[in-house]
Amino acid sequence: MNHPLPPETSDRPLAPGQRLAHSPRATLSADCVREIEALATKYPEKLAATLPALYLAQADLGFAGLEAMKEVARVLDIPEGHVFGVATFYTMFHQKPVGKFHMQVCTNLCCALRGGAKLFEKLCARLAVKPGEVSPDGMWSVEEVECLGSCGSGPCLQVNHEVYDEFLDTARLDAVISACRQGNVPVWGK
Amino acid sequence: MGQIRTKPDSQIYTFEGFGTDKFPNFMLRGAGNLRNWHIHNYEQRHEGYEGLRKALKMEPTAVTGEVKASGLRGRGGAGFPTGLKWTFMPKDSDERKHTRYVVCNADEGEPGTFKDRAIMEYNPHQLIEGMIIAGWAMQCKQGFIYVRGEFKWLVDKLDAAIQEARDAGYLGKNILGTGWDFDLLTYRGAGAYICGEETALLNSMEGRRGEPRVKPPFPATKGAYGQPTTVNNVETLASVPVILRIGGAAYAAIGTPNNTGTRIFGVSGHVKRPGLYELPLGTPMDFLVNDLAGGCSTGRKIKAIIPGGCSAPMLDAADFDCPMDFDAMKARGTMAGSGGVIVMDEDVCIVEAVLRLTRFYAHESCGQCTPCREGCNWLEMVLHRIEHGEGKPGDLELIASLTPRINLRTLCPLGDAACGPIDSALQKFRHEFEHHIEHKTCFVKGAKLTSAMGVH
Ligand SMILES: Cc1cc2nc3c(=O)[nH]c(=O)nc-3n(C[C@H](O)[C@H](O)[C@H](O)COP(=O)(O)O)c2cc1C
Ligand code: SF4
Ligand code: FES
Repeated sequence: MNHPLPPETSDRPLAPGQRLAHSPRATLSADCVREIEALATKYPEKLAATLPALYLAQADLGFAGLEAMKEVARVLDIPEGHVFGVATFYTMFHQKPVGKFHMQVCTNLCCALRGGAKLFEKLCARLAVKPGEVSPDGMWSVEEVECLGSCGSGPCLQVNHEVYDEFLDTARLDAVISACRQGNVPVWGK
Repeated sequence: MGQIRTKPDSQIYTFEGFGTDKFPNFMLRGAGNLRNWHIHNYEQRHEGYEGLRKALKMEPTAVTGEVKASGLRGRGGAGFPTGLKWTFMPKDSDERKHTRYVVCNADEGEPGTFKDRAIMEYNPHQLIEGMIIAGWAMQCKQGFIYVRGEFKWLVDKLDAAIQEARDAGYLGKNILGTGWDFDLLTYRGAGAYICGEETALLNSMEGRRGEPRVKPPFPATKGAYGQPTTVNNVETLASVPVILRIGGAAYAAIGTPNNTGTRIFGVSGHVKRPGLYELPLGTPMDFLVNDLAGGCSTGRKIKAIIPGGCSAPMLDAADFDCPMDFDAMKARGTMAGSGGVIVMDEDVCIVEAVLRLTRFYAHESCGQCTPCREGCNWLEMVLHRIEHGEGKPGDLELIASLTPRINLRTLCPLGDAACGPIDSALQKFRHEFEHHIEHKTCFVKGAKLTSAMGVH
């Protein structure tokens, strides 16, 4: 069962699943389980519920780590390997925790032509986080993402799932950051 | 249900003369008005569901015939004739009828493309109506709308619009008294550009990894859940109600022969008024870029234009007069693609621009076939070293020997798409690459396009 794993060494590599981060809670909330069970019959085949179920599990446990994957497989009664394969294929399933405000900046060409890459660096500096890391207070994480479908109004920034900010300049950037600080932006998972 | 966005949108959707006979407004009705999406607006102000009422009085094959007569070609990228595609669906026994699917490709992720999002934001019912008509023409019982994961608020909006349509009797059992049942379901992706490829989309929609399938079998034979399926782009499907309403022949009279109707062009990059402009096919590109979008925003000259989403080979000044339609673009060695026009001024470093696009393809490659998975990474590495002053003599020959080994040698067109920008840039802006290799520095003084911090 859950024996603590020895540290990974070059001659004792861990399996990919063993490298996954653990969430503080091992099981999904009862509500989340109910919602996933309802998904199982929504589509022509049960397997199709994998993606929506992973979204729910990710919101419930904070990120799509080992426990989230195992729980999705258990509730839907589908192979764990399948869930692992799916969860690691898509960039919107995060295998590590993200900040309360996960800031995603498009730096693809159209946005870059209007300063996307610079804004991304500015954002990292302003929040004092490095890409792929979470700030020590758990508030912020930043990610460079590919085209968000706002090329005409770039550069653009998406905060968690909900807010989408376009025509981003330094002033807008500050406004978004303070909106987050003041609690006017839904936090991750909500 | 989640929160439906109410934030005002300052993007440009219109221009002087838009909505007249010369520049009909079929696809962007009410764009910019975030309350426009409700069914009563669509029915009362935009002749909504008239096309469906007409279609349901016709034989399904006659509906397909009307779409064929309109000459409509797919707006998703390849420009395949839509009516013809619909006839590939098997026309046989009853039991197969129950499980044919029509799928809408709303995975819009091609850099430079932002039109489908506007249709779903402002006119979701036009898409829904188009899907119902397509469902009737192909006698499906179920349709799916596959939306990219980042557009969560649009999934919520589509769900709400679908419910409105259900309440109005356009969806569900016995639609408008015809005895025909049809319903729609949305499915949300999770951040993978490759899921825009139609067979990858089907895999993703079945809850699998979004890896393109080997073809044949084509989706019309074996698509979603192993059943006959037709996949069409949002804009393609949203054009269908217009065709039924005004008639295939009237639609075919717009644009140029073989490239009929209007489409939404998205202009981005260095222009004064970036935005979405709906124009008849065959409109010259400089009219769009200079007259409508206001020309270069930086006061400098325009150096290069990518005319159809970032997978389209780029054009230089010699070709800025190109008519924007599928055939003319092809004749100039590029493609009309998804209608996303990316404008770059003369201070843009082409090497860096191509590096950024190649990084995108290397990141988005699904990894199934070796030429694409390894090739895109190699291309990125070689371009990276050229851009950063570490290029070696012979690097350009190396690139030129790599792309033919990727192009047309992969399972899906992503590999080809990755080669388009590089090959065209090497052909048209070779001196910039050579300057980089020789002088270890940039040819131009424009702002950096890539960040040194990014971790992909
Ligand atoms: C890598 C790749 C990405 C694609 N992305 C999209 C997309 O985001 N949206 C879309 O409609 N078609 C996309 N396509 C094209 C589809 O495979 C397909 O041709 C299209 O959905 C057909 O619809 P249409 O006939 O209405 O154009 C993509 C193709 C490839 C190879
Ligand atoms: S060409 Fe690239 S994206 Fe397409 S199937 Fe092959 S590896 Fe996947
Ligand atoms: S390139 Fe940034 S949103 Fe499309």
